Amino acid sequence: MLAAILVNGLVLSGIYGMLALGFALTYGVARILNLAHTAFYMAASYFLFFLLGYTGFLPAALLAALLVLGLALLAYRFLLEPLREHEATVLIVTIAIALLFQEVLLLLFGGHFRSVPALLPGFVELLGVRVAQQALLALAFAALVLLLAWAFLKGSRIGLAIRAAAQDMEAAELVGVSLSRAGYWAVGLGALLAALAGLAVAPMATLEPHMWTAPLLVVLAAVVLGGLGSLPGALLGAVILAFAEVVVVNLVPGGAFLRTAVALSVLVLVLVLKPEGLFGTSFAEER
Amino acid sequence: MRRTWAKASLLALLALGGSAFAQVIRVGVVGPMAFVQGEHTWYGATLAAEEINREGGVVVGGRPFRIELVRVDTNEITSVTDAATAVERAITAQRVDFLIGGFRSEAVLAMSEVAADYKKPFIITGAALDGILAGRVDRNYERFKYLFRVSPNKSSDLARTSLLLLGEVVQAVRQQLNLSRPKVAILAERAAWADPLVETASRLIAAPPPQGYGAEVVGVWRPSATATDVTPELTAIQRAQAQVIYTVLSGPVGVPFGRDWGRLKIPAAPVGINVEAQQETWLQATDGLGVYVATLNTLAPGVAITPKTLPFISNFQSRFKRFPIYTASGAYVALHILKEAILRAGSLEADAVVKALEATDYVGPSGRIVFDKVHDVTWGPGYTTGLGVQWVGSRMQAFWPRAWRVGDRVVGYAGVRPYQLPPWVVEAWRR
Repeated sequence: MLAAILVNGLVLSGIYGMLALGFALTYGVARILNLAHTAFYMAASYFLFFLLGYTGFLPAALLAALLVLGLALLAYRFLLEPLREHEATVLIVTIAIALLFQEVLLLLFGGHFRSVPALLPGFVELLGVRVAQQALLALAFAALVLLLAWAFLKGSRIGLAIRAAAQDMEAAELVGVSLSRAGYWAVGLGALLAALAGLAVAPMATLEPHMWTAPLLVVLAAVVLGGLGSLPGALLGAVILAFAEVVVVNLVPGGAFLRTAVALSVLVLVLVLKPEGLFGTSFAEER
Repeated sequence: MRRTWAKASLLALLALGGSAFAQVIRVGVVGPMAFVQGEHTWYGATLAAEEINREGGVVVGGRPFRIELVRVDTNEITSVTDAATAVERAITAQRVDFLIGGFRSEAVLAMSEVAADYKKPFIITGAALDGILAGRVDRNYERFKYLFRVSPNKSSDLARTSLLLLGEVVQAVRQQLNLSRPKVAILAERAAWADPLVETASRLIAAPPPQGYGAEVVGVWRPSATATDVTPELTAIQRAQAQVIYTVLSGPVGVPFGRDWGRLKIPAAPVGINVEAQQETWLQATDGLGVYVATLNTLAPGVAITPKTLPFISNFQSRFKRFPIYTASGAYVALHILKEAILRAGSLEADAVVKALEATDYVGPSGRIVFDKVHDVTWGPGYTTGLGVQWVGSRMQAFWPRAWRVGDRVVGYAGVRPYQLPPWVVEAWRR
């Protein structure tokens, strides 16, 4: 049982981790609680599904990621940046964007369940547990994407600007960092991470126009659990929630439907004991 | 002036000559039209309306009436309130005379309240909850007499059939794998309708023959109906060493189940209810991994339940280029039943049509339709029973009823083939 929990928990962590990092990045720098984050993830999966009818996996995936990036930057330029100071309005606009995506996909593809063929079919046995090769590929891809994102943020001038803006906007502006440009980079990078998560998950997921809602809940929980705005916190939050879900299914099979509820209870418990989350600042002190 | 009169007369003549019908009967076809269930309700009704109109429509009091369908998109999968509002609008603004369709039980409960309030006969074609009719039509006849159901069979009858299918697979495991006491895992979505089914199945599986199946229940897993990943559940089922998985899945979770089960080649044969596996898009939806999944269904290619089954499937496929699901055959038969009832009543008046509907005895594509005292479709040999289907290769084929013994009768349909255990199940357990 321990092996099953370990292997399945790790795979789920990779997927949640990618989504959570992108969300945390957008909030950390652009200060946008982007409730459309998982709608971008859904859009990438659908773009991939659609483009696979015309071209191979790699060009389709690349194009899908670029299209999502373009959509995110347009949304930021015309809808979110002008409203950035009004946090509640931004929240409403992002949820409206997500619902718009949902309705457009419903109109174009109907409510049917779609799937994208796996790049790596079949399974391997790890510690006596059957794991889909596609899931391992997604895990490796997630690790690579997270490392690259980390390297970009730590090692490039733009990364430095993004981190400076995340730490102290006014000070960063005083030393010549363009907050607007840093905002664009953060939103773009966040959307790109969502798109890459969508591309990694598409061959394992069921595509349907409401697929953005379930991961959004987990991502929000992971980011708050880790501490709003903290990138390592978001990753740790994702790992904790993923393992909480897998433990519930293995230890309480009759209550498997409670997996998300139990994960959210872990979140509440942590927040009661440590209101700022594991790595972040508290809600009261935010900004 | 003369030319204007001539033109008007010509137009009038053309209008009269263009249609032999003086009036129309407006039938509201209700369902979630963006989803396959609603789409097929509309297609089934369209096919029936075209047939009826081609044959001269419905003659009432010596006057021919044309059937005119009104598309009522209920959006019921996401909103029960939308569904009730859509039905009310169809009755008050679009002036429908009758209603057919409905898919989600919760929404149909609300929609049927509206229909009953407006005294509009409503023939349900998609929702299974027993309580839509039982406890309403019998206890408050005057209010709810307008409600009928032609498909699917009610939940408790679906349960009965799915357990017969489970018995068939347990028997296959026992005989082909030489296992005297097969192990069964129960995977049922967390929903009220599934609870009694889990309880009954647990009892029946463990009870000794001939009452029960003489097998062992190794565990009950209850994922959410909308879960997108059931890998942990499947890993646990594999660890429990089950040879059979009894599925009770009506929600979207059926797709990830089929996909993950096939991808991980879990050595346990799934059978029971999996609504997603009833559709021809099953293999596409599961990326081809849902082969060997077995489920309860209404129709299957090449299986003639009645003399009307194959012509219906063939007409439907040539008209709409797809295989009909149960809401399609339900809506098709509902419209024909309605037409016959109007003819018998000789009137369009709701109460007279209800009386005539109660006397229905109609053979449709999925079986013989006779309503019971709560206006529900009768289940059993000689009426409607459903089919057990399994995905083999690239197609859906029926495996039940083949030699179903009911008293002295042996029930079976032409075109039904033996059940096939998945090869990796055989490989893992053969002794």
